[in-house]
Amino acid sequence: MADTADIKETGLLVDQAAETGFRSRLIYVGRLLWRDKTGLVGLIMFLIVVISAVFAPVLAPYDPLRQDLRAAKQPPAWSEEGDISHPLGTDNLGRDILSRIIYGSRVSLTVGFFGVLIACSLGLLIGLIAGYLGGRVDNVIMGLVNLILALPYLVFVVFIAAILGQGLIIVILIFGFTDIPIFVRITRGEVLRIRESGFVEAALSIGSTRKRIIFNHILPNLIGPLITIATFEMSAMIFYEAGLGFLGLSVPPSVPSWGNMLATGRKYLTIYPWIATFPGLAIVFTGLGMNLLGDWLRDVLDPRLRRMKK
Amino acid sequence: MPEPNGPPTATADPAPEYLVRVEHLKKHFPIMRGIVWQRQVGAVKAVDDISFGIRAGETLGVVGESGCGKSTTGRAILQLQPPSSGRVFLDEVELTGLNESALRRVRPRMQMIFQDSYDSLNPRHSVGRIIMEPMVVQGIMEEADRRSRMAELLDLVGLNLNHAVRYPHEFSGGQRQRINIARALALNPDFIVCDEPISALDVSIQAQVVNLFEDLQRKLGLTYLFIAHDLSMVQHISDRVAVMYLGKVMELADRDDLFDDPLHPYTQSLISAVPVPDPKLERNRRRITLQGEVPSPARPPRGCVFHTRCPLAQEICSEQAPEYREVLPEHFVACHFADRKGGSKISV
Amino acid sequence: MSRILTVKNLVTRFYTFDGVVHALNGVSFHLDHGETLAIVGESGSGKSVTMMSLLHLLPMPPARIEEGEAVFEDDDGPIDLLKLSKPERRRVRGGKIGYIFQDALSALNPVMTVGRQVRESIMEHLSLDQKAARERTIQLLEHVGIPGAKSRYGNYPHQFSGGMRQRVMIAVAIACDPKIVIADEPTTALDVTVQAQIIELTKRIQDELGISVIWITHDLGVVAGIADRVLVMYAGSAVEISPVDRLYEHPQHPYTEGLLAALPRVGAKRGKRLASIKGSPPDLQEPPRHCQFAWRCPYNFDRCWASAPPLFEVGEGHYTKCYYDMDQERPR
Repeated sequence: MADTADIKETGLLVDQAAETGFRSRLIYVGRLLWRDKTGLVGLIMFLIVVISAVFAPVLAPYDPLRQDLRAAKQPPAWSEEGDISHPLGTDNLGRDILSRIIYGSRVSLTVGFFGVLIACSLGLLIGLIAGYLGGRVDNVIMGLVNLILALPYLVFVVFIAAILGQGLIIVILIFGFTDIPIFVRITRGEVLRIRESGFVEAALSIGSTRKRIIFNHILPNLIGPLITIATFEMSAMIFYEAGLGFLGLSVPPSVPSWGNMLATGRKYLTIYPWIATFPGLAIVFTGLGMNLLGDWLRDVLDPRLRRMKK
Repeated sequence: MPEPNGPPTATADPAPEYLVRVEHLKKHFPIMRGIVWQRQVGAVKAVDDISFGIRAGETLGVVGESGCGKSTTGRAILQLQPPSSGRVFLDEVELTGLNESALRRVRPRMQMIFQDSYDSLNPRHSVGRIIMEPMVVQGIMEEADRRSRMAELLDLVGLNLNHAVRYPHEFSGGQRQRINIARALALNPDFIVCDEPISALDVSIQAQVVNLFEDLQRKLGLTYLFIAHDLSMVQHISDRVAVMYLGKVMELADRDDLFDDPLHPYTQSLISAVPVPDPKLERNRRRITLQGEVPSPARPPRGCVFHTRCPLAQEICSEQAPEYREVLPEHFVACHFADRKGGSKISV
Repeated sequence: MSRILTVKNLVTRFYTFDGVVHALNGVSFHLDHGETLAIVGESGSGKSVTMMSLLHLLPMPPARIEEGEAVFEDDDGPIDLLKLSKPERRRVRGGKIGYIFQDALSALNPVMTVGRQVRESIMEHLSLDQKAARERTIQLLEHVGIPGAKSRYGNYPHQFSGGMRQRVMIAVAIACDPKIVIADEPTTALDVTVQAQIIELTKRIQDELGISVIWITHDLGVVAGIADRVLVMYAGSAVEISPVDRLYEHPQHPYTEGLLAALPRVGAKRGKRLASIKGSPPDLQEPPRHCQFAWRCPYNFDRCWASAPPLFEVGEGHYTKCYYDMDQERPR
């Protein structure tokens, strides 16, 4: 356009904002992590668990199922009767505790990840429907959600697990379905907020269809809060899976899982405390790491918060 | 003369051509009670039976205090909040009663610019994407053409192509409002509702954006409905001005007529309350100070809605709502005492 | 007239994650007994930060007051507001200097009745018993024009309209016979007819009590109506200080001139363009090495980029931070 000179005059093209691009973003995230050291610690803790789950066969010194009754109940390496060959000692059947913890992370992460995946995707769908349609549909859905959330969660889960029996898939399904209400509630709340925002109104005014508004405007703005909640929920599921395992309601006792190890260790708690202590610490470690990570994600994934910090 | 209470219709003498016509527009928001079985216990009469027209190429300013329904009027005209009753025309097209897909086809002709420049831009979309979105939605042009159109629009509002890859939070308020303007212009609209577009901006930036609005109007032949609470800005930018109070138009006239010779007591007190940036004038000014504040639109006063604060109120005002009528040529007032002889003038 | 407050070279910085924000770069001004000083500026110019620095209302960290003094003439001799101990600060804040916030709804405690909030403020600063404080509260509420003050004593803030809440804020601010009242954009959130009421009320109270008022605003119209003197702030500096008439007739800083020109004039011809100041305010993260307005200034020349200008006296009580003499149309 040739005749825009006078319009440009009205505003100065000052470029005071920072450069954008993938690299600078990565650097920015790096700086955010560096400032918020607890977030960095959380991320590292979480990565340790993930790596040990993925590379369990490489990292574990022993086969987690291999029994060695001669080396049974060996204390950790740093105690007097300990031996460096079993750094965290062995359990009542002489299985290496470190190896079992490393393999146990697989069960925990699998349950946590797939459980959250199911809960999050179904919760997102139902929450979108409730939030976007509103009215009677919303009332019915939220009534059900509040009903389920009012039940004592652990009792509820134990009850279902007792009926359905043991097995990894069953545990995943139990957690996946019982956790849907949390995600429904978060999604619905966010949808209600975003639906009232100016950019959705602007999208309406250019003639966007409902579908387009949901997929282009509402969904992308849901990702941040959902990832944050997913992190917290995943850590909660890891706790509850261990709880079920402790009650003998999770994966079969032969599978090395932190819950099963706790159940075994309980019998020897006074005499051979390390059998229960180390899987317990592993659970605490994972939960703490993921909660720190979640706190940090909550700040980082919200562009408004990021803007305020700038 | 058209029927006094009626809308300005095309039958009135060598009729002024209206691009937008609003006839007896109402927007009531129901007040609901109850948790499970909800029932309506009342209504907020945000906009209550207003009629006016906007000529092609002109700026109609709408002023009023908070809760007067000026923003709702803009949204109801654009059917972003479907009116409760009344009719709205854009040229010969009646917007009220169009179904969703028909409405979507008319949308390119009418656009809106919002007060909150940050809230009205999707924080997760780049500026380029935001500006191209209208063209994508309406399915016009090839990708490459959209890009060059986007560059053209950025240039038109005083931004440049480097800004296209950035995100809304990286801009200042004034620049964000330019992005909003570029998006609104993307579909070559005829009519734009500007909902307090400069209220949130700093003084030195306000002038830039107002000038941009005026330049664009001249260049592209746009028609504006300019909503604001800043009277002096409205006076500056408008050709005609409507004054609203509690969901009703109190007075509508040519801007000079309205500011030089306001007939409605509310307009008079509103103009009198605006501080003038001149210390000497301010010191010698006699003000009409209204008592109290605007009543709630959920329980508007009976009769004339302004009578609770009006210095001229008589018995009739609390009993009977005044007619909205053409007191002087092209000068509409809703007051029992308004006449050619200044019967509605407040003496200070 | 005698001075009540003298602020010299106030420097406040914010140490944030993204760098140092130079919020105030050496602000100096004074306030006389019984006068109204208006502080004008855009968002980020530092007008609120100045006042909050004086009263220790800034969150520290990230804020830090690096330099400066603020001498307040108390009854028993001058005190430096910036060097007070915590209990002394409390005594000054609310007792000697009242503060009216822009957003009355968030400045008032939502779960405490309005009457109690005023009463507690009185009891903290004046040695009155509960009954006497209650009486005084009702008097005050009546005084600021709240109809039926006695019956509204037990109401909560949300039961008041915006204008009434601002009146309550004024009652709190003047409750303990302060010497100075700082009004931080008290009418910005209000409708224009209510704004007129609040301005009238403030003027009346000022006359009756003989207090000094610092009125922070961005509205040059409001300033014209209330101020004796005006302080114009830009990017953390006081760029011009002047008696109000002189400022509007004869601005001596290009920024003030630009601001005044950018306002739509009453009775101006249709279609006349507004004179706008190009560009936007500078990034406060850059330490000020030159005149902060130079980017946007139509008169800028080499000296403007070499150093930050000092305060020049250009008339009686009229100071400007600018190297360019706008009357002579040449550098000073």
